[in-house]
Amino acid sequence: MSNHLILGTRKGLLQFEHDETGDWRFVRESFRAVPVSFARVDPRSGTLWACLDHGHWGTKLHRSKDQGITWEEVEGPKFPENTPYSEDKMATVSYIWFLKPGGADQPGRLYIGTEPGGLFVSDDGGDTFTLMETLWNTPERMKWWFGGGRDHPGLCSIVVDPRDSRHITIGVSVGGVYESCDGGETWTVRNTGLKACYLPDPASPFGHDPHFMLGAPSNPDVLWQQNHCGIFRSTDGGQNWQDVSQPGGPAYFGFALAVDEKDDNVAWVVPAIDAEFRVAVERALCVCRTDDGGKTWTDFRDGLPQEATFDVVFRHALDISGDRLAFGTTTGNVYISENRGESWACIGHNLPPVYSVQFWR
Amino acid sequence: MIVVKFTSHLQRFFPDLKSGTSLEAATVADLIRMLDTEHPGFAHYITDEQGRLRKHVNIFVEGDLITDRETLQDSLQNVKQVYLMQALSGG
Repeated sequence: MSNHLILGTRKGLLQFEHDETGDWRFVRESFRAVPVSFARVDPRSGTLWACLDHGHWGTKLHRSKDQGITWEEVEGPKFPENTPYSEDKMATVSYIWFLKPGGADQPGRLYIGTEPGGLFVSDDGGDTFTLMETLWNTPERMKWWFGGGRDHPGLCSIVVDPRDSRHITIGVSVGGVYESCDGGETWTVRNTGLKACYLPDPASPFGHDPHFMLGAPSNPDVLWQQNHCGIFRSTDGGQNWQDVSQPGGPAYFGFALAVDEKDDNVAWVVPAIDAEFRVAVERALCVCRTDDGGKTWTDFRDGLPQEATFDVVFRHALDISGDRLAFGTTTGNVYISENRGESWACIGHNLPPVYSVQFWR
Repeated sequence: MIVVKFTSHLQRFFPDLKSGTSLEAATVADLIRMLDTEHPGFAHYITDEQGRLRKHVNIFVEGDLITDRETLQDSLQNVKQVYLMQALSGG
């Protein structure tokens, strides 16, 4: 179980540690007052990565090889010159959504998901990144990938099969799920069973909105996603999705998702009301857990505010390490659970809005 | 020679960048290229990877905002001062 938490926030990268007294204490701040859209450690090398979203100067990528004490800026993902985004606009990386290490057999490989939907790959430990043009050039992209909340689509989810590093599944919000079994040479859309409740045809082959998707560490054929239109689960690697939303809620709409490390039937979400009302359900914060693959859900509230509460948890702001979970909210509160989400304690009420939460591993 | 002045906000990322430095350049794009040679990575703070001026960055030529934010071809002939500033945005 990890004792070190990394937060990407609107005002920098913050690190917390769990000490011998049992408290979580703030230990380090990096990139003061700069939005950090995503931060995580590559467990293969111990390198800490920070994706920055400067208001003026654009997206930037930094890495640290000493746990966040010193940082080095690297070139980061950039579209090649004259890469079209649409028929009349050239593409530019406007947000770095997600960074995912490659397989254990690919020590230099890293993936980055960006807005407006580009997937970038590095094979030199992040010194340089290249656009995965096979996915960017998918014929339906210009018509069926679009912004939902933000102006442009975002590649927010990347799953690498631990059994086969050439097997990658990605999620575009809004665009849908795509799978490659050959290291990205070819891609297949995997939206069967998802519902696009905002389209004339909810069963459209394209244009779905997986807010965040994860593979089950204990069973890579099982994928989960918190979608714009509910919670979905697949037991066949994404070929078919089942709606496992809780009838009547609250487990239905949201962004964040965590999956148990040992049991693919167990997952957590932090619900908001719905797409029109993106605030806590009944002004009360709860975390919902399923222990049976989504057939039933239980909401846990012990230690979470139940009045006048408007916290929402962004898609990358919930993480799990053993029985310990942590999440950070749009109002700058960070909560930790030591018992699989059944009760919570706040470790910070006055933090900046939280974009990503990752246990150090 | 053109005197180039920078917002102090850029010095956080380019500590060797000196406001008031003098350069010769034919266009704004040339100026950015020259600064990028002196300070590697500078161009990507001012422009995106397609060479377009970033939305929240302003460049003033003798007190006037540049007109070509797409290709930065505003002429710097007979120009004495250029300012690179961040737009007023934040929160």
